[in-house]
Amino acid sequence: MIVNFTLNGRARTVDVEPATLVSEMLRENLNLTGTHVGCDTSQCGACVVLFNGDAVKSCTLLAPALEGGTLMTIEGLAAKGGSNQLHPMQQAFHQNHGLQCGFCTPGMVMTAMAMVGKNPKPTEAEVRHGLEGNICRCTGYQNIVTSIIAGAAAMNAPATGD
Amino acid sequence: MSNIIGIGESPRRKEDFRFLTGRGNYVADMKRPDATVGVFIRSPHAHAAIRSIDTTAALALPGVEVILTGDDVAADGLGGMPCGWGISNAEGVPMKEPAFPMLAQGKVRFVGDMVAFVVADTLAQARAAAELVKINYDVLPAVVGVLEAVRPGAPQLFDDVPNNLCCDWEMGDKAAVAVAFRKAAHVARLSLVNNRLIGNPMEPRSAIAEYNAGTGHYTLWTTSQFPHVVRFLMAALVLNIPEQKLRVVAPDVGGGFGVKQFHYGEEAVITWAARRVGRPIKWVADRSEGFVSDRHGRDHVTEAELALDENGKFLALKVHTLANMGAYLSTFGPNIPTNLYAPLLGGVYTTPVIYCNVKVVFTNTVPVDAYRGAGRPEATFVVERIVDVAAAEMGIDRVEIRRRNIIPKEAYPYQTPMLVEYDSGDPMGCLEGALVAADVAGFAERKAASEREGKFRGLGYSTYVEACGLAPSRFAGRLGARGGLYESATVRVHPTGQVTVLIGTHNHGQGHETTFAQIISEKLGVNFENVDIVFGDTDRVQFGMGTYGSRSLVVGGAALSKAGDKVVVKGKKIAAHLLEAGEHDIEFKEGVFSVAGTDRSKTFQEIAGAAYVPHNYPLEVLEPGLEEQAYYDPINFTYPGGCHIAEVEIDPETGIVTLVRYTAVDDVGTVINPMIVEGQLHGGIVQGVGQALFEGAVYDEVSGQLLSGSFMDYTMPRADHVPNMNIQTHSTLCTHTPMGVKGCGEVGTIGSPAAVINSVVDALSHLGVQHVDMPATPNRIWRIIQNATMPQAAE
Amino acid sequence: MTFAFHQPATSPEAVALLGSIPDSTPLAGGMTLLPTIKQRLATPAALIDLSRIPAMSSISVEGDTLAIGAMARHVDVAESAIVAAAIPLLAKLAAGIGDPAVRNRGTIGGSVANNDPSADYPAAVLGLGATIVTDRRKIAAADFFTGMFETALEPDEVITSLRFPVPVRGGYAKFKSPASRYAVVGVCVVQSPGGVCVAVTGAGPGVFRVPEMETALAGSFTPAAVASIKVPADNMSSDIHADSEYRAHLITVMAKKAVAAAIG
Repeated sequence: MIVNFTLNGRARTVDVEPATLVSEMLRENLNLTGTHVGCDTSQCGACVVLFNGDAVKSCTLLAPALEGGTLMTIEGLAAKGGSNQLHPMQQAFHQNHGLQCGFCTPGMVMTAMAMVGKNPKPTEAEVRHGLEGNICRCTGYQNIVTSIIAGAAAMNAPATGD
Repeated sequence: MSNIIGIGESPRRKEDFRFLTGRGNYVADMKRPDATVGVFIRSPHAHAAIRSIDTTAALALPGVEVILTGDDVAADGLGGMPCGWGISNAEGVPMKEPAFPMLAQGKVRFVGDMVAFVVADTLAQARAAAELVKINYDVLPAVVGVLEAVRPGAPQLFDDVPNNLCCDWEMGDKAAVAVAFRKAAHVARLSLVNNRLIGNPMEPRSAIAEYNAGTGHYTLWTTSQFPHVVRFLMAALVLNIPEQKLRVVAPDVGGGFGVKQFHYGEEAVITWAARRVGRPIKWVADRSEGFVSDRHGRDHVTEAELALDENGKFLALKVHTLANMGAYLSTFGPNIPTNLYAPLLGGVYTTPVIYCNVKVVFTNTVPVDAYRGAGRPEATFVVERIVDVAAAEMGIDRVEIRRRNIIPKEAYPYQTPMLVEYDSGDPMGCLEGALVAADVAGFAERKAASEREGKFRGLGYSTYVEACGLAPSRFAGRLGARGGLYESATVRVHPTGQVTVLIGTHNHGQGHETTFAQIISEKLGVNFENVDIVFGDTDRVQFGMGTYGSRSLVVGGAALSKAGDKVVVKGKKIAAHLLEAGEHDIEFKEGVFSVAGTDRSKTFQEIAGAAYVPHNYPLEVLEPGLEEQAYYDPINFTYPGGCHIAEVEIDPETGIVTLVRYTAVDDVGTVINPMIVEGQLHGGIVQGVGQALFEGAVYDEVSGQLLSGSFMDYTMPRADHVPNMNIQTHSTLCTHTPMGVKGCGEVGTIGSPAAVINSVVDALSHLGVQHVDMPATPNRIWRIIQNATMPQAAE
Repeated sequence: MTFAFHQPATSPEAVALLGSIPDSTPLAGGMTLLPTIKQRLATPAALIDLSRIPAMSSISVEGDTLAIGAMARHVDVAESAIVAAAIPLLAKLAAGIGDPAVRNRGTIGGSVANNDPSADYPAAVLGLGATIVTDRRKIAAADFFTGMFETALEPDEVITSLRFPVPVRGGYAKFKSPASRYAVVGVCVVQSPGGVCVAVTGAGPGVFRVPEMETALAGSFTPAAVASIKVPADNMSSDIHADSEYRAHLITVMAKKAVAAAIG
């Protein structure tokens, strides 16, 4: 079936089987492999994307549900084309060593984006609670938490006006 | 502008950008033209005879290419999965080593055992076909626990392995230990279980295989920590294909922790099948599949006894362990609970004699092999727990009993009674530092505050040492290793003076692209951004034993350092020629070759240029080009260690244990990148906390089904389970590695379980609790409190 | 997996589709259904997506009743000022379901219709004495939950909304599984003009009430009133996370916390 939606700021029309999960559609049909699949029980959060601004698990969302909506994946956050410019949240993960193997990272960053969208100045406890749907096996979470707090601050910093 | 970033600095990681922007290149991300999809049919039974397999209906489905079974493996005369380590009992009788076919033949021995491989055009077709394959099993009684497996009358996994006993192994001086126990003023005894764990790197295992009929070359992309070893084992011992015609690539790998350091049957099956099908095949494990096929870790049942004199000085330690091997011997399986366990039972103490007996046992469970720490967390847990038990029984403060027995700094190098010789260390310094860092002085006040809230609070110590940097090949060979454990590096200087480094270790989160670049940036005086690190491809990298056992920097970094030295030596020769000076008069510093005491000099870039444009060059005595390679085989293990202090609060009403503070003061030798070392500690500690408080693989004792088979039931530590940690280093330099490094990948996981459980026991000590098994779940803690506080029956 | 997919714009249309397509299943947030289908434990021929029916996600107060559309997501309930003002325990309960991404998709109607024995909502639906409104009738909570994953719903029947009488006060306390975040034990305590209701989820094969606690709380609505009431372990669930005695014990602990929350 035909599904029309906005993907990373661009209108898209995709022809998929109704049973296609958004994670499958992104990875197999659209070659956007930044969205990862780390489990089959909707627990790990590696596949989190933003749907109409909300963090959702793309492994538990059918592609037809996207009709008319707006989807944002890790690929849409920054560094378009050949640019090496990171989004402030990505930059915060880089600066604070908030990633090791990188597999959970896209889901962490997208979850962080949604979290900061709702709560511009999250505390450590709020960040830890907000990550309850995202598993990381490498970092022990400490630097992810630090990254998100720093990323939130950077996102809310007044523009430098250049 | 010069941007030399060297040892001791914390540049942000080179590898981050691709991961942060969704441009990582994991196996599952790759697509090959005309690729098919493979799925494995796995045994639903823990133990069963395969009566028949009927693929007729499945093969008739559209899109199905092939369905392979154990009969096809046998028909092609292929080998079984090899074990890389052969251990023996005290009499030198080798371990029982039953065949481990890549697809089950005649019998299945664990839930998840591979029975058939289905290849079709699409995943949906492959899955549909898999459901139509009719397999008739005769279900047999199963055994999952080690205690049950060695009992008379237990179900037998193999006809030629009586009592399911793979090997009755021992190390140490049994007679001397017996003598020491007779002299003891006190003997502390402890029975404990080291819980079975599932490593669960976030990226599930996956592979793509392809055969080029034109050249006869195979390519396997796989989620591996050691692609060269996979190539060697699979080519030479499983598929019998020429090693040079097999390329194994491990691209970005989403975490390993040991789970991906084995040669798996899936890799062999898919490579073999790719040639039969004539098209590429891709297989990506579901997480559920990973739970029943990724090698598990730990799973010991142990009885330990510590003999002490009247002053609390350790006289001898005696340890009997039953170690679960699962259903087959995995790549390093029998090595883990023996050679990587017993030698560390001395801990950081002067215990003069030790004896350890390990019964290595087969059961109807997933094969058990190395998981982060591998043998050393188990040893540390035994030692650090029984030290606390002894202290409690003898009424000696837990820190004081450690002070009385810790090997003093001056005594290094220290020969332990269990083969290993610690080259360097300062465990007392780590302990003293940790006491301050953890504010142990303020604990009583914090405990009182908790008590006012109706909570119990406890503090736990773990003063530990480990052996890593695997491994001295000669030493390993004496202990049964069937391979070497050196490492290699090539430093390829380009004509522009920029550098590509090819390393045999594998980077899957450890930051090698950054730390190894720092080593070369400093050594060659080239800009940090001008050094690229290449790994994980047998067609690009010379050779390598891979990444595990905290060996990458210790062994691989040493090889890299040596290769860098060779570049400098050659550069000096070229510079001497160009500067018309004697070779010994050339000095090299921060990227400049100069003649000592003069202002004549050549930059590293100029020397590189001269090496590749040798118009003015000593061609009679020196080859053009600037590329050097080194292999390094360590002369000893390295011995990182430290002191970890955990502080927990327990809600007696629910039994919930909350880790409220965690302090680690570790000796990891020279620190190349403090930011990355701290990150390794964070992650390692939380994995150890996971073992102590949350994680445990649970099998149904009758059916042999894995009950903790998903993230719904296997508790992975999450962000709200742990606090921020206080990580510090107190380093002594390793005396035998080129840079003084010791390794840091596993220390967190080795030191932490004992610290956490010791703190839990401390919190419950007023109830008379002496030991708590892992994981210390709320239900378990509540039960312990209930039993301890139950009103005594009326007299 | 393969199935047809329909997105009706009204609930009668949805019901008509469910009635006419064999093996069709309504799809709400999909947080349980989609994993079930992925694991091939369910193979519906068609999914009837209810998310395009605007009327089904409204939240409103009518007199002394809070009406929540069946397709209201957990996040909608958790963040609704209307819910927070009328029945704060519901907002708190919704905010504790799963994780943020689950709350952004999962719905109250889907949760109630699924009747997972470890789900949170059934405790509140029973505890508050809610009415389940479907396309064809109104069902009292006491008649709705009929067994583990079983409800009084007909195969083609769709929940359209839930109507909660606004209580005097109430609280919900949950001991969540550290792995799945489902309720190992969740207790909803509600004080209404008609009396006190104590409803328990997670502990047994389905949601149930604890009359002894209700009586005690009717006498004295304090945590102390339930502190010494022990629930027999006989009918409690037992699994690798919590044995039956522990679950029985947790009912008392969570009941105390729920009362404390209700008192505020």
